[in-house]
Amino acid sequence: MRPFSYDRAHDLASAIRAASAQVEVQNRAPIQFLAGGTNLLDLMKIDVMRPERLVDINPLEDSLSEIVADGDGLRLGGLARMSTVAHHPDVEKNYPVLSQSLKLAASAQLRNMASLAGNVLQRTRCSYFRDVSWGACNKREPGSGCAAIGGVNRKHAVLGTSPHCIATYPGDFAQALIALDATVEITGPKGERRIPVHELHRLPGDTPHIENTLAAGEIITAFQIPRKAWAKRSLYLKVRDRESYEFAVASAAVALDLADGVVRDVRIALGGVATIPWRAVAAEEVLKGKPLTEDIARSAAEAAFEPARTHGENDFKPELGRNTLVRALLDAAKLEA
Amino acid sequence: MNAPTTFDGGMIGRPTPRIDGRLKVTGTACYPSDFPLEDTAYAYLVTSAIARGRIKAIHLEEAQQVEGVLDILTYENTKGKVRKVRAFSGGGYTSTTIMPMDSPKVWHDGQIVAVVVAETYEAAREAAHKVHVEYDERKPKPGFDKRRPQPRQISNPLSSSDPQTGDAETAFQHADVKVEAYYTTPTQHHNPIELFTTTCTWSGDQLTIYEPSQFVHGLKNGVAKQLNMNPEKVRVISPFVGGAFGSKAALTPRTAFVALAAKRLNRPVKLVPTRSQSFDVSTYRAETQHLVKLGADRNGRLTSLHHEGWEVSSRPDNYKVAGTETTSLLYACPNIYTKVHIVHADRNTPGFMRSPAEVPYVYALESAMDELATALGMDPVELRRINDTMVNPIDQKPYSSRALMACYDRAAEAFGWSKRNPEPGSMHDGDWLIGWGCATACYPTNVAPAQARVTLAPNGRARVQTAGHDIGTGAYTAIALTAADRLGVPLENVNVELGDSSLPPAPVAGGSNATASICNAVAMACDEIRERLAQGAVHADGQLAGADPGDLRLSQGKLVAPDGKSEPLKEAIMRLGFGPVEAHAKYTPEIASAPVKLMGHKLIEGGISAMTSGSSVKDHVQYAFGAEFVEVRIHKRTREIRVPRIVGAFAAGRIVSPTTARSQLLGGLIWGVASALHEATEIDERVARYVNDDLAEYLIPVCADIKDVEVIFVPEEDHQVNALGIKGLGELGNVGTNAAVANAVYHATGRRIRDLPIRIEDLL
Repeated sequence: MRPFSYDRAHDLASAIRAASAQVEVQNRAPIQFLAGGTNLLDLMKIDVMRPERLVDINPLEDSLSEIVADGDGLRLGGLARMSTVAHHPDVEKNYPVLSQSLKLAASAQLRNMASLAGNVLQRTRCSYFRDVSWGACNKREPGSGCAAIGGVNRKHAVLGTSPHCIATYPGDFAQALIALDATVEITGPKGERRIPVHELHRLPGDTPHIENTLAAGEIITAFQIPRKAWAKRSLYLKVRDRESYEFAVASAAVALDLADGVVRDVRIALGGVATIPWRAVAAEEVLKGKPLTEDIARSAAEAAFEPARTHGENDFKPELGRNTLVRALLDAAKLEA
Repeated sequence: MNAPTTFDGGMIGRPTPRIDGRLKVTGTACYPSDFPLEDTAYAYLVTSAIARGRIKAIHLEEAQQVEGVLDILTYENTKGKVRKVRAFSGGGYTSTTIMPMDSPKVWHDGQIVAVVVAETYEAAREAAHKVHVEYDERKPKPGFDKRRPQPRQISNPLSSSDPQTGDAETAFQHADVKVEAYYTTPTQHHNPIELFTTTCTWSGDQLTIYEPSQFVHGLKNGVAKQLNMNPEKVRVISPFVGGAFGSKAALTPRTAFVALAAKRLNRPVKLVPTRSQSFDVSTYRAETQHLVKLGADRNGRLTSLHHEGWEVSSRPDNYKVAGTETTSLLYACPNIYTKVHIVHADRNTPGFMRSPAEVPYVYALESAMDELATALGMDPVELRRINDTMVNPIDQKPYSSRALMACYDRAAEAFGWSKRNPEPGSMHDGDWLIGWGCATACYPTNVAPAQARVTLAPNGRARVQTAGHDIGTGAYTAIALTAADRLGVPLENVNVELGDSSLPPAPVAGGSNATASICNAVAMACDEIRERLAQGAVHADGQLAGADPGDLRLSQGKLVAPDGKSEPLKEAIMRLGFGPVEAHAKYTPEIASAPVKLMGHKLIEGGISAMTSGSSVKDHVQYAFGAEFVEVRIHKRTREIRVPRIVGAFAAGRIVSPTTARSQLLGGLIWGVASALHEATEIDERVARYVNDDLAEYLIPVCADIKDVEVIFVPEEDHQVNALGIKGLGELGNVGTNAAVANAVYHATGRRIRDLPIRIEDLL
């Protein structure tokens, strides 16, 4: 860890002002917002992130951690803690995929600290990214190469990869948001804007160090989740090497709008297998208008992983990902809407 | 927990909560890095980012500019300051003969290349990140070759016996039923929660080392040799150890550098390496490969056993675990061939890890036994029964005791084994496939010379001092129970001091010998006190005048004769003079060889354990046994493997401290599951570097992975092993578990996975 200065933001405007001057916005930006700190501080201790200045936005918690549930949907403040949202009765009852994705993530201690906005922006667990003694990591040092390609890559992505980066997006909650067609509310130097959650993250391409579409000084203030027919018939299935406190090897967030066994509409987002929270549009298209049988679910899963590219140790992931999606769809079909 | 039947109303065998438990859970227990030393400076390691080559240059300018940096050690200023000392596995002290910072040479990934010392930990860390090392890198060999079999050696350096009898190859060719397969186990790291800390402080020419250790006398003498000092000028303090599992048994290179740094600055220096650095700073369980060939007649009787093992070691060291010593004597078989080979690679030197030999080798044999049972269409328990033996098949030496089948029967009953449908894939619960598997656990009963000093005060308070170690095993409790039993005083009257090299020497807390070795020494010292009190009492004109001193016992704070006459402890002690009565006992194992009987205490005083292995006793073999049963559940689609149920039954002689013994076995069983399903250190083969070197990526089970675990003690009395009849069990529980899990996976799926750990992708 290197020396840094620390400021507390007393209102949203001053927080945005403090961070908006810099040109570089991602990875090694010299000014970083501090929310739960569960990811940032870790990365600072191991020298991966080296901010010069932290702007602590926790003082904004009162205004940015609201949970509002009404007939139109659900609004979750960006600074709401994972544990608070996970155990909110309305979330548990009407948006099970959200609650499940949060409860299945991290540990109780981390969930008590971590904010929703920080959670959706969490950095990859790629070992080559997280250990600075490895020279090659395009995400950490643009242009240095990718040690994971040809290296230890069992946990790496098979969807959305590029020749420059195959690091897996490690989170769960963003997939749940995507499965419910959620919107992210952003405030920045140029005012407020809203985008679908599935447009928040960027594919690595040839700039894997730029992970999302936020500009300098922008803060995620809230997530807006519409109350649609599929919200109640939703679930998060997380397949992992141990029962708890572990990232997904493969996961699926699904939300189903079923009528008489026929899929009226559906949203699918995959985790553990892709470089970003991965919306499986092709799989959704296969399902729409069809009865949800095992064969149809299998066809949808085939479509979801049709673009997969594997890298040796993770050759098994498309098959596991397909099985995970099939299981999730069939389980969701059994839910009460 | 069932009450162990060895509990005879005395204190030995009485279920007792860990006596140091309160200290531990309240944070009061002082672990070595917790000792507050005034004016401490902090060290941080810089470790190599390559596995093979030379340091071209070390640039310190940027690091030296960090505020608070006091000193930076590199080979340029430490060369020649640390003398080479023989390795522990070769009868010496060190974990490796690799000498970091003695030259620019790099032998392995993570080798210490610099030590930064600063006023604060944070400054030392920041500066360490700013040390720039330029390497001349060469292509390293990461471990085994890709091909099978690995190269076979012509002759083994430091060869063990490679036990053999009869003609295994011919018998195999003629066997009615055969199985032949390769099995592999991965690299594993101990990952004790307490990191590999070292704090050194000098007072003139006296060096005090605070370091978690499984062998304070070894550490003391080893460092003295490295630094060319009189061992009496070195003291090692390690009263509590936060997990060790073998990783803190031998002297690692870090210690001498911290001592040197403290000397250069003339102030205490504390090192707390990171978790990631711990993968290279100490040792690990090397990956192994096994070729097992079993031949049997149609009734299941083994006619041929071939077990060949390959192990990875570092370039300069011939470390190996050679578990064929155990797998060759486990079952009756007239024709046995074993051989162990070392494959050298550009890696740090491996070392002891809980049941070093038995975990990989018994895994291979017990997997093959399950395959043989399948080939024979026989119940796996019955296959063990048919091949049970009361003698070592290699040399016909009898077992001092062997309750293997009693363990199988007790565990099978508790598990409900009779309800098992032997057909693979036949049992399920909804979408979850169910598999049941079992395997043998065994561990040699090792014993070593040990010393203890016991003092008994007129107020009935006892003090037990021995340089033994409680590495979480419950040693404090077992020793206190022994002293309370023999001195006839309440447990709370006994104060036990361990983990300090200024105390009477005790052997390494390794090889599961500590309870047997130390408790026998403590009992001897207590018996000497009893004898002196008895002699005094019978020759004085009190209640016990004229009694036979051999008949008198210490009980409930009194010296008691068989006829009920007694005298208070205080009276008996005061008669011998003012103050407490003290005895210093030197226990030499009854089973020790003549040279150990002659030299054992001289060796232990010099930091060499002189342990007699349960497989190398002159007239018999002595082992503890167990049988382990496991249920796995595997999802039919996504193939997660979960273990909801484990039952283990164990026979390990006299159980001194049942509560902590049970914890040891529970922990062993859980570790066994980890070993089968989770633990593996991933190596980037291109560069021979460890990749998943932290506890987020190196998986062990979490609470949610472990549901029902049942430990059953099978009564066993065996006074051939040592006077108190104790067999060690610290390393018994995690032997065989990995095979039991793999066998259960086969039963659930029909898929035989021979390469550990077993993961989702193996079953897709």
